[in-house]
Amino acid sequence: MSKLTFPRMGESWRTFKMIMEDLGNEVVVPPPISKRTLDLGVRYSPEFACFPLKILMGTYLETVEMGADTIVTSGGVGPCRAGGYAMLHQKILKDLGHDIKMIVFEPPRLQLMNFIKNVRALNKNHTSIKCIIAHIKRAWRKLQALDNAEKLSHIVRPREITRGTTSKVYRKVLGWIDQAYTTEQIIEAETAALKALRGVPQDLDREVLKVGIVGEIYVLLEPASNLEMEETLGNLGVEVERSMFLTGWTRDNTWTETTEMMSVKEAAAPYLPELVGGHGRDSIGNTILCAKRGFDGMIQVAPFTCIPEIVARTILPRVSRDYDIPVLTFFLDEQTGKAGMSTRLEAFTDLMRRKKRLQQGRFTLTG
Amino acid sequence: MGMKKIVGIPSALMYYIYYPFWLAFFNEIGVEVVTSSRTTKTILDKGIREALADACVPIKLFFGHVMELKNKCDCLFIPRVVCLNGKTIYCPKFLGLPDMIRHSLDGIPPILDVRIDARQGRLSKIKAYLEIGSYFGANRKAVLKAYCKAWITLRRHKRLLRKGLNPLEAMELIKNPNRKKSILPAKSNLKFAVLGYPYSIYDNFINANLLDKLKKLGVSVLTTENINPLILALQKNCGLPKRLFWTFSDAILKAAHYLFRHRRVDAVLHLTAFGCGPDSLLNKFIEMEAKQHKDIPFMTLMIDEHTGEAGMATRLEAFVDMVRRRKEAYPCRN
Ligand code: SF4
Ligand code: SF4
Repeated sequence: MSKLTFPRMGESWRTFKMIMEDLGNEVVVPPPISKRTLDLGVRYSPEFACFPLKILMGTYLETVEMGADTIVTSGGVGPCRAGGYAMLHQKILKDLGHDIKMIVFEPPRLQLMNFIKNVRALNKNHTSIKCIIAHIKRAWRKLQALDNAEKLSHIVRPREITRGTTSKVYRKVLGWIDQAYTTEQIIEAETAALKALRGVPQDLDREVLKVGIVGEIYVLLEPASNLEMEETLGNLGVEVERSMFLTGWTRDNTWTETTEMMSVKEAAAPYLPELVGGHGRDSIGNTILCAKRGFDGMIQVAPFTCIPEIVARTILPRVSRDYDIPVLTFFLDEQTGKAGMSTRLEAFTDLMRRKKRLQQGRFTLTG
Repeated sequence: MGMKKIVGIPSALMYYIYYPFWLAFFNEIGVEVVTSSRTTKTILDKGIREALADACVPIKLFFGHVMELKNKCDCLFIPRVVCLNGKTIYCPKFLGLPDMIRHSLDGIPPILDVRIDARQGRLSKIKAYLEIGSYFGANRKAVLKAYCKAWITLRRHKRLLRKGLNPLEAMELIKNPNRKKSILPAKSNLKFAVLGYPYSIYDNFINANLLDKLKKLGVSVLTTENINPLILALQKNCGLPKRLFWTFSDAILKAAHYLFRHRRVDAVLHLTAFGCGPDSLLNKFIEMEAKQHKDIPFMTLMIDEHTGEAGMATRLEAFVDMVRRRKEAYPCRN
């Protein structure tokens, strides 16, 4: 029987594993991203490939070692490189002597046949369409539960009294959601998880800064690729709101744009009216929306040489000036070090804090 | 119409292929055109200063050319070229080019940034030019006439490229047709393919005179633009599940595929820019094709803002020497 694997992005693997097994596939869970993953990825990818491509290359090589022979991933039709990833990965793997089957999901809105064909290829149990839809719905619910737990952890962490409690609880509750199978169980696990996170002892009077995080989807969603930036920020007393979650992103691409998405697009329009691939336009739009909502600062994370984010980064200084919101950008690759990042984050936090106090001071004076 | 307007076109990126079209179009509707000079050290330095450090050098050069032009014209023509053939698009940096310029440079004249996307219907290109025409107050009929004229000029330009001229030579020839004899390519015993984006291979400054150096070493050069587009189209997807979706990259991969499989050249060079996104895929695909044709040597050359004449010369000489020795050892191959 074929053994199947998929890209690792944050905690989403728990859901993908469930749905693939529901359809009757044997799954090789991609291992957490480690030094070795990076080494392998860097060694076998083109030098200027984007960081996500390199990490995925490493992950694929590791899963192939573990016996995987089929990779399920997403395609795309540009304008950015991600659409060509699958082709390149397959070629490189083949070059290394691994004849791997790739099941590439193109956006179903554009290529419905491709979607149907792929689902049929994955449907080893020959379950009925009705069952498949039920499986997908349940998987979706699980994905939402995982996202909701993560979102709450971002709010609780900067306020926790003993550093590290939130992360510890978060890791524990992930296991609960992971174990849940039926929709009822998932909802139950989610409720318990949120309750446990809320139960972390917190100092509610603490002065907490609020920062929005925008950028390229992979480095946003996989904490190992951004060196656990969100955790670092939380420990610095910063509440983060990430602009993208798998349940918030897949939706935009699978169904028509949601109202929220429209407003991001509209917000970006005066600066970047064109879709430049990836999430470059969203980075601009979300920066503006967060500024309007009174955030203290924005952080853009992107892979080194990432095309859409370079376009966005070129324009962001003006947005930052026009909306008076500090913006910090990280271009990440395998050489980015955690220490350097922490230093820059600390400096940025100081800057935001000073700015905030200054403003508050002025308000009390005039008010 | 009021005072005659002057439109500025930076001599970078699209310039090498589409300038003849734009020049003919604007002249026909009575608009004067100025361009920036060929790339110089000053232009490069300005580009490095103004553009994002993480951008590729061709984009930096574009910034530099805009800086050079900004005080010499009433408006800058930086169209948002998304798609011209109805199928493939351009690098996302082209798609955001007018926005990057507008929002990161100060004191620049208005930007004419009409969007050209041939996927939006057959007439979309003409519509884009009607929009440009109306900006300058030209009437519909005049614009259509100018468009046709521009199109004929572009066809001539491309035909000259196919004959083996490089874009600068072709533009010169369109300007004064009597100079024909002097710049037609000379014969030589080695023939190399030089693959790369037009704005890298034909910008003599940034590639440290690559083409001239090869000529001096007795090598004649074939580029993607010299190959008939029909031949390229016949390469289909080059054995990949789908074609590369960037126009220039797609053409280059097809050219590589064709040249390797039909043994049309003695060696293949791929010129790529440091940090270029599309090239990270393209270069790997070409390299893998090259691996299957060990008898045709392949080399990748990378340019960045520090490309030096000396380094380039040494690498080229060594490579040409190697190819020449190989050819002498197996003289009867072709
Ligand atoms: S968005 Fe950035 S990281 Fe993603 S494929 Fe494009 S260049 Fe690579
Ligand atoms: S194709 Fe490469 S060199 Fe050209 S603009 Fe895009 S990233 Fe730069």
